[in-house]
Amino acid sequence: MNVSGNSPARKLVYWGSHYLMIGAFVVFALFPLYWLLKVSVTPNDILYTEGVRMWPSRTTWENYFFVLTQSNFPHYFLNSVIVAGTTAIVTTMVAAVTGYSFSRFAFRGKMIIVALMLITQMFPLVMLIAPIFKILAPLGLTDSLTGLIIVYTAFNVPFATFLMQSFFDGIPKDLEEAAMIDGNTRFQAFRRIILPLTLPGVAATLGFVFTAAWSELLFALMLVSSESASTFPVGLLSFVSKFSVDFGQMMAAGVLALIPACAFFLLIQRYLVQGLTAGAVKG
Amino acid sequence: MASIEISNAVKSYGAVDVLHGIDLDIQDGEFIVLVGPSGCGKSTLLRMIAGLEDITSGAISIGGTVVNELQPKDRDIAMVFQSYALYPHMSVAENMSYALTLRKTAKEKIADAITNVAEILGLTALLERRPKALSGGQRQRVAMGRAIVRKPQAFLFDEPLSNLDARLREQMRTEIRKLHRRLGATSVYVTHDQIEAMTMADRIVAMHDGIIQQVGSPVEIYDRPANIFVASFIGSPAMNFLKGAYEIAQNDTTGIRLTDGSFVPVLPARGATANQTVTLGARPEHIALVPDGNGGIPARVELIEPMGLSTLVHVSLAGNPVKIFTLDRPDFAVDSFIHIAFDMEKVHVFDTQTELRLPPESEPHMARTA
Repeated sequence: MNVSGNSPARKLVYWGSHYLMIGAFVVFALFPLYWLLKVSVTPNDILYTEGVRMWPSRTTWENYFFVLTQSNFPHYFLNSVIVAGTTAIVTTMVAAVTGYSFSRFAFRGKMIIVALMLITQMFPLVMLIAPIFKILAPLGLTDSLTGLIIVYTAFNVPFATFLMQSFFDGIPKDLEEAAMIDGNTRFQAFRRIILPLTLPGVAATLGFVFTAAWSELLFALMLVSSESASTFPVGLLSFVSKFSVDFGQMMAAGVLALIPACAFFLLIQRYLVQGLTAGAVKG
Repeated sequence: MASIEISNAVKSYGAVDVLHGIDLDIQDGEFIVLVGPSGCGKSTLLRMIAGLEDITSGAISIGGTVVNELQPKDRDIAMVFQSYALYPHMSVAENMSYALTLRKTAKEKIADAITNVAEILGLTALLERRPKALSGGQRQRVAMGRAIVRKPQAFLFDEPLSNLDARLREQMRTEIRKLHRRLGATSVYVTHDQIEAMTMADRIVAMHDGIIQQVGSPVEIYDRPANIFVASFIGSPAMNFLKGAYEIAQNDTTGIRLTDGSFVPVLPARGATANQTVTLGARPEHIALVPDGNGGIPARVELIEPMGLSTLVHVSLAGNPVKIFTLDRPDFAVDSFIHIAFDMEKVHVFDTQTELRLPPESEPHMARTA
């Protein structure tokens, strides 16, 4: 399709509006992040006095300094890394084998299992907090990172499974059959041939589950009461006190919380891009 | 290399039988082609030999060992897939050496084998490439190479040429035949393309609805098809079929009275009785155009198809479409009437009810039909 026509003027208008729209979207999407950064470097004393300005007249690192040295934030961070990292890895491993079996095998009760997994996604989390608390409390899993990891894993496995299944569906069956004829057992074929080809899918699933667990607030708030087991979203709330909200420090903590997620996506983005465009072009 | 024996092999999915009691002995070094329309069970049979499908009942043995319970990896067979199934994350050399590596073959031996096979297949310059950087024909070769390198007991081919264009397919057909002659490997080749079957097979196994219809050499299958299915499936352009009644005239000449009343003389058919409903089968090249109309049967011209080497004349006879193959270049007007004559030595008589061929009494009894 040649929308732009042949004249250079029309081409200019076409591409100009094209980039204008993309630009508008990017600004819209990134503006809250920019505001986060702006407030985090604004000194407390001019936060309310300067009015709405795109950049403060003075900037300071003291909010960061405070968050890193005077607050419990480094500890919350560590907790979040442990919880989100473990959840992402465990969920992805479970989802990989489950997704593979959904993709490749026909077995009795498969449709029932799929339906059950779908049903678990239909309930609002709020409804489930009380029963989950009741189940976890006698097991000593409330107020513990392990408890959070178990709950997050349970909630993310269904979606992650369907995600992984769709990636396996995109890999021809012939490949593992060839590997099995070449001398692999089915599991070896899965591990040596299929899994390496699903790396983009694995990366996408890891990323999805990691961010979900990283930013989860509701369960973290309800199941954990002590400081020592709090994750960072709960920690962020500690900047809200009865009489005031310490925006500067809160924003600084927010910026710091972005770092692991960004680093993680930077790490997997090579696979992620492959994964998101997989199947677009026949290989 | 080894022989493959299949005895009474059955495959069912639930209550549905897709293969009904297959019996087939494949000799050591033989090139067998399983041919039939899609859904006839030929690929399922091949996958059962490979171990990719379970055998519901019956037995399959390779080299004298029953392999029913063996995993594919323990059957020592190699398979070439329609999609080639090359490992995308490995180079050509790694693809070809994968099986040997798994068998813990010494590195030098692997390198020798790869060099050797790459030379045979003309892949030497491509060894370091990934499959996605190869053309269809090259991928096909790598898939072949991966099979050859292992020196397996038997080769299984699952429609390996279907994804190639016509010219390349023709070329690979000859190459596979040459390779087979060179390696002498027992090969089972599945295809729906009857030309591949005819040109490549030592013996053709024609299958339909999960049953072997006929086993025989290409010429045998072409000249003496066991039934209407085989007759119609093998040969292009396909055989013409005309319904009629078997007649024995007073002077002992036999023939078929077609529905429009015209009479086609045929050799006396074994087992045919007077007035029995039969089907006349005539290949396009066994019907002649009779220029002066002398003794021919009138037929109306419907279409002339020039094919370059030959011409295909479509006519209508007793309400049935009939194709006639000729090396001449006739210029009949559409809707004009011409005269045609059937080669009585070559046409076939089929029992319309059982669809089995009723061979001429002069023909010796056939060895293998199913």
